[in-house]
Amino acid sequence: MPSRNKISRRKFIGTTTAVSATMVAAPFVRTAGAAGKLAIGFWDHWVPGANNATKTLVEEWAAKEKVEVQMDFIPSQGNKLILTSAAESQAKAGHDIIAMSTWLPAEHARNLEPVDDVMAELIKQNGNVNPTVEYLGKVNGSWVAVPATVGSQIKGPCSRIDLMKQHAGIDVQAMYPAGQKANADGWTLDVFLKAAEACHKAGYPFGIGLGTTADNVDTAGSIFHSYGAVLVDANEKILVKSDPVRQALDYYKRLMQFLPPDVPAWDDSSNNKWLVAGKGALIMNPPSAWAVAKRDAPQVAQQLWTHGMPAGPKGRFAPFVNYFWSTWSFGKNKSAAKSLLAHLSQRSSAEKMVAASGGYDIPSFEKFQDFKTWEEESPPQGTLYHYPNRHNHQVLSVAAAPAPHKVAVQIYVQGLMTKMAVRHFQGEAMEKTLAWAEGELEGFMRS
Amino acid sequence: MVDAAISAPHEVAATRSRGGLRRAMQRKSSVAFFMALPLISLIVLLVIYPAFYSLHLATLNKSMERFVGLSNFTFLFNRQTFWLVVKQSCIFAITAVVFKALIGFIVAHFVHNIPAKGQRKWRGMLLVPWVIPPAMSTLAWLWLFDPSYSAFNWVLAIFGIDPVPWTGDAYWARFSVILVNIWIGAPFFMIMYLAALKSVPEQLYEAAEIDGANWWQRMWYVTLPMMRNIIAITALFSLIVTFANFDIVRILTAGGPIDMTHVFATWSFRVGIEGGDIPLGASVSLFMVPILAVAAIFILRDITRRGSEV
Repeated sequence: MPSRNKISRRKFIGTTTAVSATMVAAPFVRTAGAAGKLAIGFWDHWVPGANNATKTLVEEWAAKEKVEVQMDFIPSQGNKLILTSAAESQAKAGHDIIAMSTWLPAEHARNLEPVDDVMAELIKQNGNVNPTVEYLGKVNGSWVAVPATVGSQIKGPCSRIDLMKQHAGIDVQAMYPAGQKANADGWTLDVFLKAAEACHKAGYPFGIGLGTTADNVDTAGSIFHSYGAVLVDANEKILVKSDPVRQALDYYKRLMQFLPPDVPAWDDSSNNKWLVAGKGALIMNPPSAWAVAKRDAPQVAQQLWTHGMPAGPKGRFAPFVNYFWSTWSFGKNKSAAKSLLAHLSQRSSAEKMVAASGGYDIPSFEKFQDFKTWEEESPPQGTLYHYPNRHNHQVLSVAAAPAPHKVAVQIYVQGLMTKMAVRHFQGEAMEKTLAWAEGELEGFMRS
Repeated sequence: MVDAAISAPHEVAATRSRGGLRRAMQRKSSVAFFMALPLISLIVLLVIYPAFYSLHLATLNKSMERFVGLSNFTFLFNRQTFWLVVKQSCIFAITAVVFKALIGFIVAHFVHNIPAKGQRKWRGMLLVPWVIPPAMSTLAWLWLFDPSYSAFNWVLAIFGIDPVPWTGDAYWARFSVILVNIWIGAPFFMIMYLAALKSVPEQLYEAAEIDGANWWQRMWYVTLPMMRNIIAITALFSLIVTFANFDIVRILTAGGPIDMTHVFATWSFRVGIEGGDIPLGASVSLFMVPILAVAAIFILRDITRRGSEV
């Protein structure tokens, strides 16, 4: 029996076009499709009360869009965020939106919903993102995650104004004056080394860790970048046996003699404790140590100034750690998820999040580097003015870039650069260290 | 007649089956099985299934999309860091088990010789390191060893001794993780050996004494042979658990400095979970299974043989 519903070619094309147009427009307009339920797994902010800003923003959006939301705040301690995303990726079930730290979007890319449409709109509105955000959030030319304000941070120097002036003759406030552009052309890695030596002699060594946790690896990454030292390039070519890498290792060897002797065992809390306890003149950290000092050691906090990195032969590179918000491709309410991601990335939303975190969070978009919070936070007044990269004073970088993600994540997680520095410092010949690193890198190439 | 002839075997079979079921239900072993069923289900769900799943994972490629057989293991065999981890795991487990056994044996003798009245108090106190969750007690040790604020170094400084880099130097770090493992595990050996000591009949010692045996001969010819099975089984269990240790190393050194304290579990976590290479992580954690299984078979066979000789 012949079918009674005959569909002409013209009608089929017309219907398909209409459906496609609706699908593309859906994330940005309130439609019936944007309703329903949405489960979100946010990163649990360590700053007390900082989660509230995110919670309020989501609830406002949910009330407007008539979406039922369920929010979980997942801590990064104990790798809970990594484990949750790994479990959800395997089970193909879980939250609709989930926060992901630095390397996770690339790791789970095949299970993530592309967000090119959201990012195109956001970049148009909020300005460009820096190349490191693009490197981490884009896989095969497609955005797989939206850069999150919450959790993203720059790990530049946080110095003691008094100790740097007294022992190293460096006025960090004059180099990085509040409310003005940086005046730091003379702030180079050589000057940094001399300052480290002077402060070490005075009994206040710089607190730069050389363990394998993120703070240690991030600092090593930026110093390597400052020398143009790349371990693996974007085409998977191993470049470890190169002069820039030798120069970076040699610099670390000279620097390490002025650091506390136990830095190979430092984790991410060691540098904070070092500064808050008044034992050192400088650490590399976002303003979390300053925030703790404000509460526990106000006399130390009054002397802290967060500022830019020293420049190396190839430029001034600051460690930048980015967090992302992603939506799973198996999510049940993708249009609502995209709509929420766009809402959380508006200027007003980012400003509220930055304020709630006391200036700790750094949004990725170009036009979001001038919020009042960084001007107003104190003591001392203007201490965070130069925390964001507001005058494009430095290049925001991530350790192990530009290696392909699968290699870079291993370099980063295994702390290859800090291990190289420690091995060489402890007496291993340069070429032997490089040969060992080459062997490790060959292992990281596996697919 | 024909109908009756046909239906009779069915009825008999059904009656027999019902009776068989009733008899099976009345058997003590069946009742025991059903009572243990919830626990068995839990073990199947939480131990056996994950074990087989990890075997399956170990045969996949990095992106877990392709079966690669034993390639992950052959890849590991060519990695310098893997052999470093094998060496360290062996040093960690063997040293820790030997010292736990030695300390447990000595302390068990001390406790055994305490008069019965005060013995319970001592037994309770000596068990404390073993009953505290290791993650908690290791945190306390971490503060004692803290790179910058070590309480031990503070005490050493009072006597004018230079600070020791407990977790900052590779060899001191190895010493520290082994020390904490011994501190946590020695009470288990102590309590097992104490139980074994108490089960040695007093008459054997009396007979040995009449024969003129000295302390050492009584120990060698009476105590040790009577404790042999307990020593073997305790050492085996402890070896397996120590090889699989994760919490102590993870909390104290996280495998550092420069990978010099990694054991199988911590390196597997670093590679598999933190590094996003779950199949390789599973392969690392499974590497010891066949070796420990063979060791277990030999030790348990030896124990069974001695049991049947007795």
